[in-house]
Amino acid sequence: MTDFLLELRSEEIPARMQAKAREDLARLFAGELAKAGLSASETVTYATPRRLALILRGLPDATQAVSEEVKGPKASAPPQALEGFLRKTGLTREQLVERDGVLFAVTERPGRATPEVLAEAIPVVIRAFPWPKSMRWGAASASTESLRWVRPLQGIVALFGEAVVPVEIAGIASGATTAGHRFHHPDAVTIRSAADYVETLRDAHVIVDQDERAAIIATGAAMVTAKAGLTLVRDEGLLAENAGLTEWPMPLLGRFDPDYLSVPPEVIQLTARVNQKYFVCRDADGKLANAFVCTANIDADDGGAKIVEGNRKVLAARLSDARFFYDTDLKVPLEEQAKKLDRIVFHEKLGTVADKVERVAKLAEWLTSEGVVPGCDPALARRAAELCKADLVTGMVGEFPELQGLMGGYYAAAQGEDPAVANAIRDHYRPVGQGDEVPTDPVTVAVSLADKLDSLQQFFAIGQAPTGSKDPFALRRSALGVIRLITENRVRYSVPADLLDFFADRLKVQQREAGVRHDLIDAVFALGGEDDLVRLLARVHALQAFVGTDDGANLLAGYKRAANILKKEGVTTDVTPAKAGVSGEGAGQEPREAPASAGATYDREPAEAALVAALDAAEPAAADAVAREDFAGAMAALATLRAPIDAFFEAVTVNDADPAKRAARLALLLRVRDAVHGVADFSRIEG
Amino acid sequence: MSDPSAPRPLSFQAMILRLHQYWSEHGCAILQPYDMEMGAGTFHPATTLRALGPDAWNAAYVQPCRRPTDGRYGENPNRLQHYYQYQVILKPSPPNLQELYLGSLAAIGVDMRVHDIRFVEDDWESPTLGAWGLGWEVWCDGMEVTQFTYFQQMGGFDMKPVAGELTYGLERLAMYIQNVDNVYDLAFNDAGVSYGDVFLENERQMSTWNFEVADTDRLFDAFRKAAAECENCLAAKLPIAAYEQAIKASHTFNLLQARGVISVAERQAYIGRVRDLAKAACAAQMEKNGWAA
Repeated sequence: MTDFLLELRSEEIPARMQAKAREDLARLFAGELAKAGLSASETVTYATPRRLALILRGLPDATQAVSEEVKGPKASAPPQALEGFLRKTGLTREQLVERDGVLFAVTERPGRATPEVLAEAIPVVIRAFPWPKSMRWGAASASTESLRWVRPLQGIVALFGEAVVPVEIAGIASGATTAGHRFHHPDAVTIRSAADYVETLRDAHVIVDQDERAAIIATGAAMVTAKAGLTLVRDEGLLAENAGLTEWPMPLLGRFDPDYLSVPPEVIQLTARVNQKYFVCRDADGKLANAFVCTANIDADDGGAKIVEGNRKVLAARLSDARFFYDTDLKVPLEEQAKKLDRIVFHEKLGTVADKVERVAKLAEWLTSEGVVPGCDPALARRAAELCKADLVTGMVGEFPELQGLMGGYYAAAQGEDPAVANAIRDHYRPVGQGDEVPTDPVTVAVSLADKLDSLQQFFAIGQAPTGSKDPFALRRSALGVIRLITENRVRYSVPADLLDFFADRLKVQQREAGVRHDLIDAVFALGGEDDLVRLLARVHALQAFVGTDDGANLLAGYKRAANILKKEGVTTDVTPAKAGVSGEGAGQEPREAPASAGATYDREPAEAALVAALDAAEPAAADAVAREDFAGAMAALATLRAPIDAFFEAVTVNDADPAKRAARLALLLRVRDAVHGVADFSRIEG
Repeated sequence: MSDPSAPRPLSFQAMILRLHQYWSEHGCAILQPYDMEMGAGTFHPATTLRALGPDAWNAAYVQPCRRPTDGRYGENPNRLQHYYQYQVILKPSPPNLQELYLGSLAAIGVDMRVHDIRFVEDDWESPTLGAWGLGWEVWCDGMEVTQFTYFQQMGGFDMKPVAGELTYGLERLAMYIQNVDNVYDLAFNDAGVSYGDVFLENERQMSTWNFEVADTDRLFDAFRKAAAECENCLAAKLPIAAYEQAIKASHTFNLLQARGVISVAERQAYIGRVRDLAKAACAAQMEKNGWAA
């Protein structure tokens, strides 16, 4: 058993791509080796900014010899068949093996030396590597077919045991030498074997293990902040990013002028994190402190004094800019800013942002005055909506667009708006993503809903609905936001008809995460007329619970049997949405006009009569329950049909010779189907 | 920098001379700034047009950059509506481009044993040039001092071969080397002239003009005329002349932006228009030279 080491050294690999690259390297290599019947007892991967490495432990020195058998014709087969087989395999009749009267071609493939397999795998893996973005470089790039890598590839270390696995790709020959830290150890470093890799590079000021680097940063940063009497604001993403930017990480604490603390802490944290990749700290009171932790990639000769000083200056310049914007913005009331929105085109066919704001304000006011969003003063909703986009023309949001909303909230609070208004301005974009919190304050809910619904309706109205992968106005995200606002706050709102299909699709995607079956959502939407997502989901949830029970599963089976017979017999009358009673108002439905179902002209068989009786009882019960939105109750009513349906199919022949009986029984099955459709279109349910 | 025995840091002009010397020694043609207003050194035809095609090309030059919206009336110590970039283009990109670059930093006095030099992902894209590349922003103690890019496309054409581009922010580098916090305090030379002596009044007047005075009707008109003249040049199969008009349109658009008269929606349309002009000029250049796309 021997260990294999591969190091692909390149110019700096983006931090955010390193983790996935390690996975891909392991996966692609395992795949190539599996083709040769090889597998490692242990796989380890490392990434630094300048290298991607793989260690495969416990590889055999050669692959197993394999004997491959191809089945041929029977020994008694006509000569043409035999000839064909011999041609295909390139063997003679004497070389075939006969077993139980059948001929076999047996090929012995000898084992191959593992390094040979590795030498073939390396270029395959490199050429197939799925970097999210890759590039060409150098003289070879005169051809667009030249090797692509994330950044120029500089060197390959490939060692099986202590022997170099010889490969050459794009003019780079493998070897045993690599580079140490760019500044601490500019000389070449020779690696003896996989076992020495980590320690040899450590001696060359490179910590190859990304987790170790992250731990060094976490510990070091906590230490320097503790020494200053502060606590570090932990940020796992930032930790990984800094680990991906360094080979020899050195966390250093710096201070900035406390005057900058007049700027909102989110702004300071954002600019420190996004622009500079610094951690921030809190003081003993939990307030943001005038300190930052940067992670250098060098153990500087002066202990890092110049590095801290340089970073302090950069941060100061950024904070100075931020404070300038903040102070300037504070001087202008939001309603003044909002006036400038008529200069910003929202969309060429949809007018300016000011036009949009007016529509949103009206809608927010309506949502609250009609009680769709209850417990909310319509005047507050209107006020919040009128000011909600004003921060788009502020200097701060111009500089940091991701602070939209948040800054508006600060400016609103500063000019003495009602806290509910300020909060609504701050949070009206939410929820922005899957994991984002959904607002619950009524004013915020109203403005957030109005903003998203307006975008959806307006863009749909001008034919700008998303298609395929194209969703330039992020309408899918808006719809998802509406769905979450509505369902999590239990807002009873009728989704406009032109948006309903779009919402149905978004709802399926969103509910899949929560384990709700998309076919059940289909089964409810298929009834038509349902535009209340809260009621729809209640019905879907009840349905999912029901089909999970024996009663539900059997009723579904009985329903499908009935539906199949109806289909085969060409009875295609569909339920109408009004009959299905999904919209609530249709619940008190009139009995369906079914052919000859009322008074049978013949003596019903007992099972037939029992089903009629069961339907007579279940139909109104289910309809009542639906009207009360007691969907579990409606399912329970349907469940009473299960036994009679089973008995009916057991004892009664639908396709009777007597046309009257046949017609009556088909009508009965139609009644069963319609009764079930009063709750959901079971034909959409899978399984 | 209070250590009296420490060598005196380079003045702004000395730093430029040092860079010229360094890149000259590494085989670059040392060019002069292009005599037109542009937003970045990349717009210089020595980069944009020379990046196209198969011929080797190594050049370095200083390019004044005009960014009207970055004007701060001379009141911000870090922001200017007119500043300098030092631009190096090497085609094909040499295998030791990173080392060459670090050598240039050493040449202007950056000690890499006490400073933290980092290559941080920054994919460069110029929507107005139909160009993009992969590379980094180079950080020195957290400050971006250089944009380092391997061009992959220019004017919508794949690079064959790829050129490496280095764009140094000269004022930032000088502030860093001279350890000053305000750009106007930079020593422009060693004879007592400061950067402020040269440019402070310029920043005040030009910020006022960019933001408040520039006649927007005339600017809109200038944009239309430049676009039309570009088409005229294209029809005459004069790609360089056409490209100059694209640069003119681009800068006029930047001025209109600074005047705040271009809405978000219109902005995309204007960028698209400039991109079409620049791409058409690049396509004409390819065609004139008989280079396959």
